[in-house]
Amino acid sequence: MIDPVIASRLQFALTTIVHIIFPVMSMGLAPFLVYFTWREVRGGPPVYEQLRRFWTKVFAVSFVVGTVTGIVLEFEFGTNFAAFSAVAGELFGGPLALEGMMAFMLEATFLGVFVFGRERVSDALYFISSVAVGLGTWLSAVWILVANSWMQTPRGYELVERGGREIVTLTDPAAAYLNPRFPYMFVHMQNAAVLSVALFMAGVAAYYVFRHHVWGYPVEGVSFWETTLKIALIALVITAPLQAVHGDLYARHVYETQPQKFAAMEAVWETDSYVPEYIVAFPTNLGDLTDPQAKELFGIGIPGGASWLASGGDPGATITGLNEYDDAPPVAIVFWSFRIMVALGFWFILLGFWGVYRWWRGELYEDDLLHKALMLSSLLGILAVELGWIVTEVGRQPWVIQDVLRTADGVSPGLTGGEATLTLAGFAVVYLGLLSLYTYVIARIIRAGPPKRAELRTSEAAPATPAEGTADD
Amino acid sequence: MTEFRPLLADTLAALPLPEIWFGLVFFILATFLLLDGFDFGVGALFATRADDGEREQLIASIGPFWDGNEVWLVVFGGALFAAFPRVYAALFSRHYLLMFAILGALILRGLAPELYEQRHDEAWQRWWGRAFVVGSVAAPFLLGLFTANWVLGATRTLTLPGVVVGLAVVALTVVDGVAFLRLKTRGDLRADLRRSGRRAVIAYVGLAVASLGVIYATTPAVRPELTSPLALALVALTVLFAVGYAVALERDRHYLAFAATGGLVYGLVALVAALSFPYVDRATGLTIQEGIVSPLSLQILSVGALVLLPLVFGYFVVLYSAFSGPVDPEESY
Repeated sequence: MIDPVIASRLQFALTTIVHIIFPVMSMGLAPFLVYFTWREVRGGPPVYEQLRRFWTKVFAVSFVVGTVTGIVLEFEFGTNFAAFSAVAGELFGGPLALEGMMAFMLEATFLGVFVFGRERVSDALYFISSVAVGLGTWLSAVWILVANSWMQTPRGYELVERGGREIVTLTDPAAAYLNPRFPYMFVHMQNAAVLSVALFMAGVAAYYVFRHHVWGYPVEGVSFWETTLKIALIALVITAPLQAVHGDLYARHVYETQPQKFAAMEAVWETDSYVPEYIVAFPTNLGDLTDPQAKELFGIGIPGGASWLASGGDPGATITGLNEYDDAPPVAIVFWSFRIMVALGFWFILLGFWGVYRWWRGELYEDDLLHKALMLSSLLGILAVELGWIVTEVGRQPWVIQDVLRTADGVSPGLTGGEATLTLAGFAVVYLGLLSLYTYVIARIIRAGPPKRAELRTSEAAPATPAEGTADD
Repeated sequence: MTEFRPLLADTLAALPLPEIWFGLVFFILATFLLLDGFDFGVGALFATRADDGEREQLIASIGPFWDGNEVWLVVFGGALFAAFPRVYAALFSRHYLLMFAILGALILRGLAPELYEQRHDEAWQRWWGRAFVVGSVAAPFLLGLFTANWVLGATRTLTLPGVVVGLAVVALTVVDGVAFLRLKTRGDLRADLRRSGRRAVIAYVGLAVASLGVIYATTPAVRPELTSPLALALVALTVLFAVGYAVALERDRHYLAFAATGGLVYGLVALVAALSFPYVDRATGLTIQEGIVSPLSLQILSVGALVLLPLVFGYFVVLYSAFSGPVDPEESY
């Protein structure tokens, strides 16, 4: 039997880490789908109908899996973190309810029209549906991040006695819901979703382009993949540098508002100025290698780097060390997750400029090294998102609401180790199956490729569909 | 703005908001049961059809709808969390394993039709077809069990009234599924469904009466509510709607049959709410007044719901009118 607190935390970690993949796919695909639909209904080249139909399949599957794994998270606040729900529910429940009514409803109803309704509704309503679906996915993120950012920088509340327990009550809605962390989180997350999808699209397209042009196995309709690659590269070269810019602002905000988390990101134990930015760091005593809180570190660093980043230009800035606080998060997890995420971010920038440079030189379809790099990077955007969330959530420990409620005090009081272990094991099995099935279905969609030109409704070869026809497609 | 805010706050303060939210939470639950209910019913009826073409038709009939319908459950959870956070916390953690069983059934029901459509070989479709049926029957059964335990204040998970109510809810989803499919299908399938509907509505009335008997016998705490004029009126209405449903089925009045289903579903949930009142969580003895959030949160929530729920109904009108009439199983993407 695992302790119910540990089991609940592991279960929440597992269920969120798996769930976030699907919203990243749907939020990231949304702007692309709106664009493809717009070009299609405006009578653009047939490739836009192919793009819309192909990527809608990926979107629809991601959405279904995102729905079923998302309900799990909502329920887990009540089942596993009942004390947290009772303490914070007055402030925290509202955003979840509004997310359901404002965002999820919009997304789920218009998705029906968007996926199944091309032949049933007018071009205008069809385009509106694509916008509604996209808007729904992004509004969902607004409310979820409002709730989460409040847990990082809680504002606009008061602790009052209710039923023999101190609970959070809302006193200033604007301060609470538009808390200082929210804008940084929202921008960084949404851009990350588009960036991750751009990398995924580029990787898949690079495979077919490589197969056709480098390997010499002709791919039917390769122009579809060439267009996909170019669109993905444009998105990549825009979003990757932006991610670094607001990532830097975000990190400075963490330094100012959650100094403890920042110290963990940089593994700073003693308060100091001229703190170096370590590229790598290890415990000097190798026996401590598995200790996530090891203190004596040997590292290779840029002198004054961390101070310079934290303050936005002053290498002499002081960073408060973790020794000043009663508890510290598991530093190694936060330190490494942060480093790898940042390294990936720089790699994405390089990849974007490399691709665009080759394109500009007219060598986009010949550079096999670029193709291989893109293929290998297709899932790295999602990896970077996962690492970023690990920094955010593990870096806040031992608090579930920063300086208000400890995670251990948020777990359901009546929960037994047996129950919690049982559901944890159940989720491990079910989610492994879920991920395998999702991968399998997406791989099938990719292998099948886009619809053939002759099957398109915009194709010149096919006669125009009669107005009263319902489903000739 | 400065004039408007206090005016709005005064108006809201004059309303019995806690009771309105108690009603709204159950209304959302009922709407979920009506809409996702027919998806569950279609899943259960899937087991009774062996023909490939008919099975494709059944899956296609709920294709554009089920995801939106399921969101009513998400909104139910969100509304309960936001309006009665302490109830949400106590209730969901008390029925820990049951909640995860419900989630498991919903995962199965959501994924199975999606996967069924992916491949056309026999073994694959047999297994995902079975998974679809199991998920679609288990989800309403477990939700019925959960709801009965909640309003009756049971602290154990497997209770006799819970099981009978669960079975009644399964029968009701089949009634619902038939009403929906009579609108969405043609030919032999539609004709055969009449018999399924007749059986299901008889089973539902029988199980509903049995539930009331079992609840009366096992839960003395709710006997006064059970014999109140309101409860008796709701029971009488249920019988009336059931007869109306059977008649509409015979006379091919498809929309009328669906409307009667609506009467049955909202009637059942109204009865459930009446049994609970004035408690919002009988097991912990929390009344509506004790369980409700602080006024400021409640007012924000009320304004949000007042603006958003009519919009949500609008979305559903767009969705259902875009796909009105019988389905063509070839239709997708």
